[in-house]
Amino acid sequence: MSDIESRQLLSYYRTMLLIREFESRLDKFFVDGRLHGTTHPCTGQEATAVGACAGIRPTDYVVSNHRGHGHFIAKTGTPERLMAELFGKATGVSGGRGGSQHIADIASGFLASNGITGGGLPIAAGAALSIKMQGRDQVVLCFFGDGAANQGTFHESVNMAAIWKLPLILFCENNLYAMSTPFNDAFPVSNVSDRADGYAMPGKIIDGNDVCVVRDAVREAARHVRSGAGPYLVEALTYRHCGHSKSDGCEYRPDAEEAEWALKDPIKLLRKKLLDAVPQQEIDSIEQAVRNEIDEAVAFALDSPQPSTDDLEGSIWAN
Amino acid sequence: MSEIFYSQAIRDALREEMARDERVLLLGEDIAGYGGAFRVTRGLVEQFGPERIRNTPISENSIVGVAVGSAMLGARPIVEIMFMDFITLAIDQLFNHAAKFRFMFGEQVTLPIVIRTPSGGRRGYGPTHSQSLESLFMSMPGIKIAAPSTPHDAKGMLKSAIRDNNPVLFVENKSLYGTRGEVPDEDYVVPLGSAKVVREGSHVTVISYSQMVQECLRAAQMLERDGVSAEVIDLRTLNPLDMDTLCRSIEKTGRVVLAEEGHRTGGVCAEIGFQLFEKLYYYLDAPIKRVAALDVPVPASPVLEKFVLPDHQDVYEAVKEVLAEV
Ligand SMILES: Cc1ncc(C[n+]2csc(CCOP(=O)(O)OP(=O)(O)O)c2C)c(N)n1
Ligand SMILES: [Mg+2]
Repeated sequence: MSDIESRQLLSYYRTMLLIREFESRLDKFFVDGRLHGTTHPCTGQEATAVGACAGIRPTDYVVSNHRGHGHFIAKTGTPERLMAELFGKATGVSGGRGGSQHIADIASGFLASNGITGGGLPIAAGAALSIKMQGRDQVVLCFFGDGAANQGTFHESVNMAAIWKLPLILFCENNLYAMSTPFNDAFPVSNVSDRADGYAMPGKIIDGNDVCVVRDAVREAARHVRSGAGPYLVEALTYRHCGHSKSDGCEYRPDAEEAEWALKDPIKLLRKKLLDAVPQQEIDSIEQAVRNEIDEAVAFALDSPQPSTDDLEGSIWAN
Repeated sequence: MSEIFYSQAIRDALREEMARDERVLLLGEDIAGYGGAFRVTRGLVEQFGPERIRNTPISENSIVGVAVGSAMLGARPIVEIMFMDFITLAIDQLFNHAAKFRFMFGEQVTLPIVIRTPSGGRRGYGPTHSQSLESLFMSMPGIKIAAPSTPHDAKGMLKSAIRDNNPVLFVENKSLYGTRGEVPDEDYVVPLGSAKVVREGSHVTVISYSQMVQECLRAAQMLERDGVSAEVIDLRTLNPLDMDTLCRSIEKTGRVVLAEEGHRTGGVCAEIGFQLFEKLYYYLDAPIKRVAALDVPVPASPVLEKFVLPDHQDVYEAVKEVLAEV
């Protein structure tokens, strides 16, 4: 492995760990009763978030879904304002109004996450339409789950993107379940990517737990869509290591399947790969740095003021 | 009588009606093994099997459309929409199809459909998981709206809804699932379209439905300590409205406060308040007041959510204002 390569892998490792530590800290806060509401953790799916965002340019856009903390951290690189959002604070990315599944950081190119399954797909297509009409060279990377591919919005917006040749990467995180529903109970085909043919676009199925595989696939997709050839579907197979949301004990998943996927933990896999290339100390120090960064994010969130209740109605309308 | 949870009351009604009529089936996301997001249908698939407790893909508009089509050929489908917010995805099938077929096809069609859905906030779920959208349905002829506030009414009204030959929107405020109440052991129904005086009083009539009834009852207790006697009416059904029960009370008290968890403008209270004004102008001793959510999305932040959503304190203050008018 070249030095550049190992630096890159270390940086992916750092972001993936940041995401995992973020989610595990949230989990503790929910258990302690310091956070209320709900959240959809992406533990186990860090490679898709980090790999996909590494495959586009910083100037490109991301549209996310309900399981979006990883997407956000991978795209923006920072956890503190997301942590503050979870605590409902004024300094949160959405000013505390959105909470876990309603976040946006337009300046960083993170257009929107979405509490409505499938809601992001047409938004992403629309953003891609503006890019195309304005003659810009950006692309939109739209994250969605397997379950979202059964909403009408998937078919409708993918069709539009295809006939208009929009610069849209459809990135499906197929974690084999939509809430408790196994993939095969909801699809007559074996893969989401089998649907690509129906919209005359490429559909590629990949290992979503290998961050480099994900990055390379999205790079390829970005090249394709940026060239004006229309949308490109990447289906990344992955698995959540946790319940759908905080109230889910996952009784519907076979133990053997969970155990099998535990072995394919994207962070462990990357760590193993890194150990061949860099000294263990370096990895340890990243782990420590990540814990510190999350500590700081928590401190930032806790120290932040509550949002003001003054003139909420005034913020409905633009001037 | 047994004391059971609101969610259990719903489950019992589903179970009993499915046993009673084999045309009844359930459609919805994660309703079988998982029992739905709020576990209301838990255990039903074991009894009735996956044909009748039918898990669907995430496709709200078509789930409702499938219910409409199946009802045209003799089924009596019950759809669970996981959160009321998601009913917006199915508004086309509900408003352009379910609500109109009977009328526009010259009464050839009957659509015995129930759409059950959890509404409301107070859980920090944020803007797309906390809405109370029943007012949208009030302006759509052709869909009944039931919104019971107790386990007793939930069970009895759900049974009525299932036996009804029209589309019925059945609203279950999430905060009610964990509340308990007495329910008869034998079969009973609570008819749709009947409001109920849940607390008698003489100074003011407080009208509400669903979870806000609990807030109104708390406010009434606070008011009693101040020497104010508030009559509280649970609408139970928003369409058809039981205006008679409301009028009888207001003719007595002359003062009205209406309360709902939905947005203030164009809300349920707005409609009912106007109907009361039309009917009872000469009986009113003070302007009608309403208590509702601010006209902004329901925020996730606990501080903001509490500020935006109405509660017993707001009802209490509204009553005080109505009584201050001479
Ligand atoms: C319109 C709508 N329907 C249902 C839901 C409830 N819901 C939230 S996430 C989810 C499952 C989504 O599955 P998938 O797209 O595979 O994403 P995953 O959760 O597996 O990451 C469901 C049913 C919702 N939020 N919005
Ligand atoms: Mg999934």
